[in-house]
Amino acid sequence: MSDDAPKMEALKAGLKHEARKLKLDFNQLKSGGFIKQTQKDLFTVRLRCPGGMLRPEQLQTAARIAEKYGRGQIHLSVRQSVEIPYVDYRHFDDVGKELAAVEWSVASCGPRIRVPTACAGCSYNPNGLTDTQALCAEVDRRFFGTETGHHKFKIAFSGCPIDCFRTREMDLGFQGMLEPELDEDLCNGCGLCVKGCEEDALVMEGELPRRDLDRCNFCGDCVKVCPVDAMLARRSGWLARVGGKHGKHPLFAYEVAQFLSEEQVCSLVEKTVDWYRENGEGRERIGVSIVRHGLGKYLEEVVKPLDLEAVEAPAARRRYWSGGNFYE
Amino acid sequence: MSSEISETTLLDLRGVLCPMNWVRIKLALEELPEGGTLDVILDDGEPMRNVPRSVKGEGHRILRVREQEDGTYRLTIRNGSI
Ligand code: HEM
Ligand code: HEM
Ligand code: SF4
Ligand code: SF4
Ligand code: SF4
Repeated sequence: MSDDAPKMEALKAGLKHEARKLKLDFNQLKSGGFIKQTQKDLFTVRLRCPGGMLRPEQLQTAARIAEKYGRGQIHLSVRQSVEIPYVDYRHFDDVGKELAAVEWSVASCGPRIRVPTACAGCSYNPNGLTDTQALCAEVDRRFFGTETGHHKFKIAFSGCPIDCFRTREMDLGFQGMLEPELDEDLCNGCGLCVKGCEEDALVMEGELPRRDLDRCNFCGDCVKVCPVDAMLARRSGWLARVGGKHGKHPLFAYEVAQFLSEEQVCSLVEKTVDWYRENGEGRERIGVSIVRHGLGKYLEEVVKPLDLEAVEAPAARRRYWSGGNFYE
Repeated sequence: MSSEISETTLLDLRGVLCPMNWVRIKLALEELPEGGTLDVILDDGEPMRNVPRSVKGEGHRILRVREQEDGTYRLTIRNGSI
């Protein structure tokens, strides 16, 4: 897509002209929710669906738009967007009105914070540790569309370390985490927590389970299984990952801070995008900026000033590592 | 044998895979009065990792866990949360 920039500008200028004639909301066009297709005059309408959570009347509207202005097709994008292909730009105005009627709008393209994605989290997924949907909605409300000055910026939320929403592949990813704590007086030594731990982080020592602090990845499984609630949550919060991306040359993100509160997550989003605006170059993603400057600079200038619990040593990140083909 | 022990149902779930082992336990628990107990035998590995958590998640209580000679586990489950 990077070679398309001049073409896009020409397209946008043309659209601006048309927009005046059609009385279109140019801000909607500029945000990039209408994406040029291979076919002349036809666009894909990409809708704003934070966390992939929709109301029935939105889906009904999408179905109607697809039938009236598209070709009866709806595509679900990999980042939880509902997309309606084959919409002629002369219908943008009508599409906009139908969307406004259900308080809906298009998503964004270009060098901006995109619509954040999220799993179900703790509201109904049995593995969930944190409320991904609530925080996703909040981050969308506060930061959607923020200009980065360089390239796209993707944010995702996973409710636990299984990480269905692939926070390692995001510019900023947030994953639920929980630190267990044993109440020795309540523990009956049944050993179910040891069986439940997939990280081999728990072993029975005499009658009590002992936790290997270097192995535990804060998944909370031991808390969820303990039949007498002797294994309890000392604290829970969000693990922050920065600098991941997909595309032609993917990068895996760095874990940079742990046990963040919801408010700290929002501060980190704001400060990270500021840092990216200042330290990025051209159309590079923030992961590339971090590789170029070194992770230390990001930690010093963003994580430390916010007084977050930094994950600094490579050894502290190792528990999350999984391997793979890194083209050594 | 006292009548109390003979009333505890025993469900041998060796060789029964997830999630059918848990479905069988649920069906057996539905037959029991609130507070009634059920013994189940589970294989080590996935069953021992998954089933106890589901039991707790649906408000039942695991009273006892015993490892058996063949490496399987015998769990005593009380129906309901009280
Ligand atoms: C002919 C033009 C284009 C082609 C063939 C194209 C193709 C693709 C493909 C294959 C993907 C990956 C699939 C996915 O992530 O869902 C993608 C992703 C994406 N493209 Fe394009 N693209 C085009 C133009 C644009 C333009 C003009 C924009 C914005 C101004 C844009 C914004 C995006 C975004 C935001 C994503 C990520 C998907 C998501 O976040 O849901 N694309 N594109
Ligand atoms: C109704 C839809 C879905 C439900 C109810 C669901 C539920 C779940 C659950 C419960 C897990 C945890 C499984 C475990 O404990 O290992 C999981 C994991 C996962 N899901 Fe989904 N999921 C759904 C759809 C999807 C979709 C559409 C995708 C991707 C396009 C997806 C990708 C994943 C991934 C990548 C994992 C992690 C698997 C692993 O590596 O262990 N899921 N899902
Ligand atoms: S990341 Fe965890 S909480 Fe979220 S859908 Fe996956 S398993 Fe459930
Ligand atoms: S939180 Fe997860 S990894 Fe840590 S000890 Fe408990 S089960 Fe094991
Ligand atoms: S599951 Fe609970 S009671 Fe059993 S050994 Fe672990 S902490 Fe103790």
